[in-house]
Amino acid sequence: MSGHSNYEPKTGFERWLDTRLPIVRLAYDSVIDFPTPKNLNYWWTFGGILAVCLGIQIVTGVVLAMHYVPHVDYAFNSVERIMRDVNYGWLVRYMHSNGASMFFIAVYIHMFRGLYYGSYKAPREVLWILGCVIYLLMMATAFMGYVLPWGQMSFHGAVVITNLFGALPVVGESITTWLWGGFAVDNPTLNRFFSLHFLLPFMIAGVVILHIWALHVPGNGNPTGVNVKSKEDTVPFHPYYTVKDGFAISIFLLMFAVFVFFQPNALGDAVNYVPANPLVTPAHIVPEWYFLPFYAILRAVPDKLAGVLLMFGAIAMLFVLPWLDTSKVRSMRYRPTAKLYFGIFVLACLVLGYCGGRLPDDHVIGNLSTFQLLDADLNSMVWLSRVATAYYFAYFVVVLPILGLTETPLPQPESISAPVLPANAPAGAAASPEKRG
Amino acid sequence: MADTVVGANPDPHASGEDPNRRDFIHIAAAVMAVGAVGALAWPFIDQMNPAGDTLALASVEFDLTKVEAGQQVTIKWRGKPLFIRNRTGKEIAEAIKDDTADLRDPQTDEQRHKPGKAQWLILVGTCTHLGCVPTFGGGDYGGWFCPCHGSHYDTSGRIRKGPAPTNLAVPDYTFLSDTKVKVG
Repeated sequence: MSGHSNYEPKTGFERWLDTRLPIVRLAYDSVIDFPTPKNLNYWWTFGGILAVCLGIQIVTGVVLAMHYVPHVDYAFNSVERIMRDVNYGWLVRYMHSNGASMFFIAVYIHMFRGLYYGSYKAPREVLWILGCVIYLLMMATAFMGYVLPWGQMSFHGAVVITNLFGALPVVGESITTWLWGGFAVDNPTLNRFFSLHFLLPFMIAGVVILHIWALHVPGNGNPTGVNVKSKEDTVPFHPYYTVKDGFAISIFLLMFAVFVFFQPNALGDAVNYVPANPLVTPAHIVPEWYFLPFYAILRAVPDKLAGVLLMFGAIAMLFVLPWLDTSKVRSMRYRPTAKLYFGIFVLACLVLGYCGGRLPDDHVIGNLSTFQLLDADLNSMVWLSRVATAYYFAYFVVVLPILGLTETPLPQPESISAPVLPANAPAGAAASPEKRG
Repeated sequence: MADTVVGANPDPHASGEDPNRRDFIHIAAAVMAVGAVGALAWPFIDQMNPAGDTLALASVEFDLTKVEAGQQVTIKWRGKPLFIRNRTGKEIAEAIKDDTADLRDPQTDEQRHKPGKAQWLILVGTCTHLGCVPTFGGGDYGGWFCPCHGSHYDTSGRIRKGPAPTNLAVPDYTFLSDTKVKVG
């Protein structure tokens, strides 16, 4: 998509097409000949895995839409009909519902990869922000998709999430009424969620194209964080990374298949197999696992508006991250102190996820009785969530801005090729390692 | 333009460019276009607001004899649960006693029921935090407890503890007779 092209049309038809629509050239330059750093590890395969996830969700989703009925009286039964009567409906639905979880597993790994290796730093800020946009669209899509089966969790999840907007001063109530199309979550809400759930994946696909375009302008980052200096630092995308990505995708699909065929409901909530009842809220209402950290942040604050702002703020942090991190060193391989803080950050995210799945008043440590601190028991999920939430934000607004100025990074290699060579290698060896022995 | 002779062409429309006239047309055209886009956008935004038939289903009538003292009946009104609670003397007394307590959304019990009908408490049964349905009789104050995020309401439906910002809402309703109410 940028730079010079080595594509040479081989057949008459390709030459004819190339002067009219150079689409084969575009594909050749993007996925065959594209110069890619030769040191990418397996954390770099998740981009390809995510593309596969999106494809699976779109194909299975279009099929499900052929059998699903978006009406409060029929939605639950139509999903059960897909499971019991539609040929292979169980397979397609389990692929779709577990596919959402797989999509989020992959996207979280992809995002933590970016955080660790500084993939958001110049000149890749726009690439990173487009990724954040995709993540937002994914969350909206997943949320609305979860509402469609119209089970108890579907319904009350929709109630809670749409009510978040009611926290906004002045306009809040009008916005929730507008989102619902009525005075409560009801048939109009289900209908529009179905419409938007169908639309958004194609918007994601559109932003993915921009994301890949923005990737191909500066090219891939790499585990050293050092820029590509010469042709010796790169290999063509095909066959080196088509094969590596292909292998990773195969392993990922194996794990996917284990869930689909052996544990299809392990990641879901059994309560969602109870038809929606607007008059009774389930005793323990939780979102799907991939939203739990944000749910914990929401509940950590005793004030409704502040909780909502903090939850959206947690995602907003990602958007401004390129300007918060002051370190010029991209990869945390050469930032030992940052590596430590990053480890705690990952832990904080996992702790938030754990807290989000428990009741706020649950004890963290079994029978340990402590004292009341402000509004809640110290030994409660609320206080654990607060500590983790505080660290989550501190990592972005305190640690990364200050650490970049105060830390002493380790020396970085001269080039991508340099670290694989022995320290006493003769001068000039780094420039052409392939000529050695 | 440089070699235009002054007075050679007295007709102002025939040649030369008056920048003010040209700007006016540009701005006017842009304003029209923005106005047209806005006018067209509104129907597409407003179509998501409650439709006519949704608005029409706005009121219900209820026979109060179905509710024994100390009990609550939940009915559906505008898609939401509606609590109709027949309070005991003890519950009313507790609610009045707490009129002077430290309340987040200060209201007296008197303001939350119809005059002379202290036993009948009629409330919208959605938690003012995020819209879950609070459970009857739960919580530290014997009113309601919201299982979602732990809001406690007293026997007047006032928020006492937890994340909810305001008291359970009192809908518009009228007593048609001693045993019949119309809500909405």
